[in-house]
Amino acid sequence: MKQLVNFTLNGETVSCEVDVRKSLLEMLREDFGMTGVKEGCGVGECGACSVIIDGQTVDSCIYLAVWIDGKQATTIEGVTHEDGTLDPIQASFIDAGAVQCGFCIPGMILSSKQLLAHNPSPTRGEIRRELSGNMCRCTGYQKIVDAVQLAAKRLDVEPHARAAIPFTIEK
Amino acid sequence: MYDMTGYHEAHSLTDVFKLMQADPTARLVAGGTDVLVKIRAAAPHYADTTLIGISRITALKGCTLEADGTFNIGALMTFDQIEHDSLIQTHLGLLSQAVSLVGGPQTRRMGTVGGNICNAGPAADSAPSLFTYNAQIEIQSESNVRQVPIAQFYVGPGRTILKPGEIVTKIKIAPEDYRGFVGHYTKFARRKALDIANLSCAALIKVSAEQRIEALRICFGAAGPVPLRMPQAEAYARHQPLNRAVLNTIGEYCLKDTQTISDWRNSKVFRDHLVTILPGRDISMALRGDEDEAIG
Ligand SMILES: Cc1cc2nc3c(=O)[nH]c(=O)nc-3n(C[C@H](O)[C@H](O)[C@H](O)COP(=O)(O)OP(=O)(O)OC[C@H]3O[C@@H](n4cnc5c(N)ncnc54)[C@H](O)[C@@H]3O)c2cc1C
Ligand code: FES
Ligand code: FES
Repeated sequence: MKQLVNFTLNGETVSCEVDVRKSLLEMLREDFGMTGVKEGCGVGECGACSVIIDGQTVDSCIYLAVWIDGKQATTIEGVTHEDGTLDPIQASFIDAGAVQCGFCIPGMILSSKQLLAHNPSPTRGEIRRELSGNMCRCTGYQKIVDAVQLAAKRLDVEPHARAAIPFTIEK
Repeated sequence: MYDMTGYHEAHSLTDVFKLMQADPTARLVAGGTDVLVKIRAAAPHYADTTLIGISRITALKGCTLEADGTFNIGALMTFDQIEHDSLIQTHLGLLSQAVSLVGGPQTRRMGTVGGNICNAGPAADSAPSLFTYNAQIEIQSESNVRQVPIAQFYVGPGRTILKPGEIVTKIKIAPEDYRGFVGHYTKFARRKALDIANLSCAALIKVSAEQRIEALRICFGAAGPVPLRMPQAEAYARHQPLNRAVLNTIGEYCLKDTQTISDWRNSKVFRDHLVTILPGRDISMALRGDEDEAIG
């Protein structure tokens, strides 16, 4: 059984005849090649599959593909700028040393993006709460929280001045 | 792919009743955070069925306050919406606080309060607060609308009184059940996020001008097959002064009404210890915002 879905994917209007049994995760990876959406647990516990839908991060592994009809989805592929340069949040993750194997990072960055869109200067506690649905098996989280704080500082200034804000460890 | 046999989208309540009639074995799905996980786990009655999606039905969304002060909480309200709704924060602070402790942010944005009570897990985080607010569950079928007190809605773990062809439309809370009350919910779990409560406790209290307990309502989650109110402790508490000894006695009374068990998460002994201390902590938190500050 297939159903036609029309939606906006990373700013582009798209459509797909999708098997109703597919999760959004499966449709994005298999039908749209968005392999930045990762499958960790498949049951809503790890956040590796996070996608921003209409301004809210959700787990695409427990989201039916047909539910996306009429909505806007952003994956990590849509966070990177069109010319291939990195978003300040991505750059901050690298500069803060917050990336090890990288598997959790697309989800971490999408959750961070959504957090910073609503709360431009979050406390460490607020960052931890908003990222608590994203698990990382490598980093121990400290540097991920550092990265979000660094991104918040950089997003607070004009684009040309961002590189001048270095990563320093806050005690 | 999910092990399911089909999917139908309902755009209105009329649609739902038609679709349920056409396929009586089909299962409703709201946010899917229980249903889709159970299909993945190949749970009986979940896998290999057709799903009827209800998440686009406007009539089940949002929250309204009637002129007489009655709250109508739409079955499709997500935990995230309930946590941040300003009317709910102001008048039903206990519920708003309780659902802020569910899962992680992604779960709170998809999981609905209707799904939480219909799934009928003994540890569901919205249930203890709704029990203390004496919530009424509004159930609709093609030909009938009925209201049932939440305490009668649960039959056993994972089982409710819902009959085939019925849907929960809203949760109603009367003004006399929240005005003048303050409350607090404790979810006792190992982790702060993405964990299921070992035991949970909601307390809702009204204090008289003489600083005595005018009314107290306590409900435990995961202390029995369904969420349980504590009639004996509540009766004892009426007109008592607020002091440490009274709070301790309330905790002891709760053991008379809980039905804790040992399982892989915790022993009965540990759970019973929690039963005696969580109500007092919740009352202190509700009245003072600090569980350590001695009361009285
Ligand atoms: C990672 C993760 C963490 C979680 N953590 C918690 C937690 O901390 N605390 C907690 O309480 N829960 C938790 N849950 C469970 C789940 O999120 C909640 O129970 C949620 O409220 C279910 O709502 P839903 O809309 O997703 O329900 P669904 O999965 O769509 O439905 C659940 C059940 O209710 C029925 N149903 C749904 N809506 C209606 C309706 N209006 N009328 C009649 N029947 C209906 C469905 O047929 C199904 O049987 C967690 C789940 C996940 C995946
Ligand atoms: S893969 Fe979706 S939450 Fe883990
Ligand atoms: S960097 Fe490896 S899981 Fe997070």
